[in-house]
Amino acid sequence: MGWMSALLLIEQVLNGLQSGIMLFLMAAGLTLIFGVMGLINLAHGSLYMIGAFAAAAVAGATGSFVLALAASLVAAAAAGAVIEVAVIRRLYDRDHLDQVLATFALILILSEGTRWVFGSFPLYLDVPAALAGPVTLPGGIQYPAYRLLIIVVGLLVAAGLFLLIARTRIGIQIRAGESDREMIAALGVDISRLYTLVFALGAALAGLAGALVGAIQSVQVGMGEPVLILAFVVIVIGGIGSIKGALVGALLVGLTDTLGGVLLPLALSGVMEASAATSVGSALASMSIYILMAIVLIFRPTGLYGTA
Amino acid sequence: MSDALLDLQGLSKSFGALRVTDTVSLTLRSGEIHALIGPNGAGKSTLIQQVAGALAPDAGRILFEGRDVTGLGTAQRAQAGLGRTFQISALAMENSVLQNVMLGAVGASRSVWRFVRPVMRDAGLRVEAEAALHRVGLGDVAAMRVAELSHGQRRLLEVAVALTLKPKAFLMDEPMAGLGSEGSARMTAFLDGLRAEAPILLVEHDMDAVFALADRISVLVSGRVIATGTPAQIRRNAEVQTAYLGEEVAP
Amino acid sequence: MMRRETILNLLVFLALPAVALAALALDEPFTITLATRAAILALAAVGLNLALGLGGLVSLGHAVFFGLGGYAMGILASHAQSYAPLDLGLFVIDGTKSMPVIWLVAISVSALAALLIGLLALRTTGVYFIMITLAFGQMFYYFTISWPAYGGEDGLSIYVRNSFPGLNTLDPVQFFGLVFALLALVLWIMGRIERSAFGLALGTARQNATRVETVGLSPFKLRLVAFVISGAVTGLAGALFADLNRFVSPTMFSWQMSGEFIVFIVLGGIGRLFGPVVGACLFVLLEHLLSGVSEFWLIYLGAILLFVVLFARGGVIGALVGQGGRHE
Repeated sequence: MGWMSALLLIEQVLNGLQSGIMLFLMAAGLTLIFGVMGLINLAHGSLYMIGAFAAAAVAGATGSFVLALAASLVAAAAAGAVIEVAVIRRLYDRDHLDQVLATFALILILSEGTRWVFGSFPLYLDVPAALAGPVTLPGGIQYPAYRLLIIVVGLLVAAGLFLLIARTRIGIQIRAGESDREMIAALGVDISRLYTLVFALGAALAGLAGALVGAIQSVQVGMGEPVLILAFVVIVIGGIGSIKGALVGALLVGLTDTLGGVLLPLALSGVMEASAATSVGSALASMSIYILMAIVLIFRPTGLYGTA
Repeated sequence: MSDALLDLQGLSKSFGALRVTDTVSLTLRSGEIHALIGPNGAGKSTLIQQVAGALAPDAGRILFEGRDVTGLGTAQRAQAGLGRTFQISALAMENSVLQNVMLGAVGASRSVWRFVRPVMRDAGLRVEAEAALHRVGLGDVAAMRVAELSHGQRRLLEVAVALTLKPKAFLMDEPMAGLGSEGSARMTAFLDGLRAEAPILLVEHDMDAVFALADRISVLVSGRVIATGTPAQIRRNAEVQTAYLGEEVAP
Repeated sequence: MMRRETILNLLVFLALPAVALAALALDEPFTITLATRAAILALAAVGLNLALGLGGLVSLGHAVFFGLGGYAMGILASHAQSYAPLDLGLFVIDGTKSMPVIWLVAISVSALAALLIGLLALRTTGVYFIMITLAFGQMFYYFTISWPAYGGEDGLSIYVRNSFPGLNTLDPVQFFGLVFALLALVLWIMGRIERSAFGLALGTARQNATRVETVGLSPFKLRLVAFVISGAVTGLAGALFADLNRFVSPTMFSWQMSGEFIVFIVLGGIGRLFGPVVGACLFVLLEHLLSGVSEFWLIYLGAILLFVVLFARGGVIGALVGQGGRHE
């Protein structure tokens, strides 16, 4: 019994990691876009949705999951670049209210546009056959191969992002842009190109996350906004503008959400009857990440890694 | 020192490795104008912010009327009687000139928690506000929006708002900046009369105004007070000459 | 001489009862319901406008208060409907079908929630505040979905509209009259608050928080009080909205709802007392007209909104009276 629950726990920790790392892909783009351009982008969830739909459409047409993932990256990055050039760049000098409204309008347009093209019914993106089964981890834990792949891909992207920012020329420009717009102008960098690039990069990360998660859940209009809001919770916890904060925050939120859903009903079953424990437990679990956020706010209003 | 209204004792503040305020001690006595001068980057603004409560010092303490106010925030220090004006105007730009001074009167009378009575029709507050405007010579522009005022008028408005608070001491950060010679002269004359009401800790770059007004001058260089004394003493001080004043004020 | 804006305000304001009365004469109860819906949504946005327009607090979580008001009505009425007392742990109360009692509960519960959320969210400013209010909204949304006692995801139906002494609330025009009277009362109160000492200080805190501190006032306290009043008004609107539909569901807590309240304010013209009324009426009208034209009418709404934000920042009132509001 003890061994069984330990296995269950490890499986749930892996699930938490998996959802956390996907949240990171969303939050990293958002926090980067805020850090560099000072923009709050509510339409980031739409880019997640676009990635998922592009992947589902390409997988449906070609049967190739790899092509589907590539399509998600390309479609989301392209949509991001177009949106940035057409709308977003008019918002950099505006106040947050205008940014909220304009990106809210973009959500309406993109969501309904997607519904117009693909219809209201969810699409399904199949996990590739080779990854459909479970793998056996050390200790005899059976875990779905696809979810493991998500964790690995997510970690690789995270590592790549850190390297990009720490080591490359564009990374230097991004960091310079975060501290001082005038300085990077003085360095002779084409700011508007840099901004489009950063926005497209963030969009691509969101699109990839949408495609990867789309294979576990269904692909449908409105799938992006709940993830967007979770990514906001991640950013509040991690501290705005910090990639490291986004990673730590995402893992905390992913683990809290997953483990809370399992452990709270379990813990409550000791003090109340089973059905009540399940319903009260899941209701409380639905609040757990927001309580986590509230606690961080009380002690560190600017987040774990935020500066000011 | 019993007559020190404001007493800074060993204030220190660092940003990272940079020590911007280095064990600064100085006093403001009743009836005086105490000017704080120093080259750019000497730490004058940082020091003023610590006195006003916008920035917490790392070490040292601030006494106001003998009471330790180091732990108090900006609003509480304002309530205690510290009236501040800013180097860069901090005004409600969309509001009228009169509304800006009315806010001062509201703050001073602690009557902010009134939700129903139209504040601009409050005769008592209005008398206070209009009196302050007239004193600085802004009576004619009371109905204008602050955004339409000239730079110099905004400076005067800052002072007017501070007047409505009836503070026990003024903290003024470069009130002459950008005023032009005529404006400076008027402001100098005004501050000269004001010291009888409440002493002024004055940060100022305009040396003519400083030497015309100050009872005492403290010279801040690299976060440290290198000299405090009467204008005559400061003028003669060799260290000040080399560190800061140079030929500028040589006779 | 009345200012053009005052005239326009009066016209818009009187258009609502004019439409309702015309619909009564033409025997078109659905149109009266539309006017009632517009008035209730306007009330919700008038509540938000105190925090957003005057206080500059971009709350993307006002659906919390709207939903709490709705559920205050739903829970009290469902207990009255089933004659089962409501066990609150410390004490047991009976359900009620009386609107004034329900309103009082809705206002108190929303004010309390606004106090708690405000205490946390107002520790921050700017984007943090937006994200935090949005997140708390989502918390209530998920909580009501996963809390099974009051219908969970399916929501809660109330079969008979609640009662108000001396009125037949089931008559659309009488219910409209009640809602409109409340809207008028709240607008009057908001107009007074805006011109009060508190309103002056709150508006100044939006423009320059340092100025407020320098005269010895705390921007945090001002904003917190504004947020609480704002949440309470939106909560009252929620109770009315639930009574209009005789139905509450978690969608009252949804982030889209919060977004729409902001849209009403900006469509009408931010920083104007009647902006939310104009915006909500326009929204309900567009919704009614466009949804007849296309299933995907929200695309058009999105395009209109984008246009207003990018090119016509004064909103409708700004365009008609030709001058900016407080936000120029």
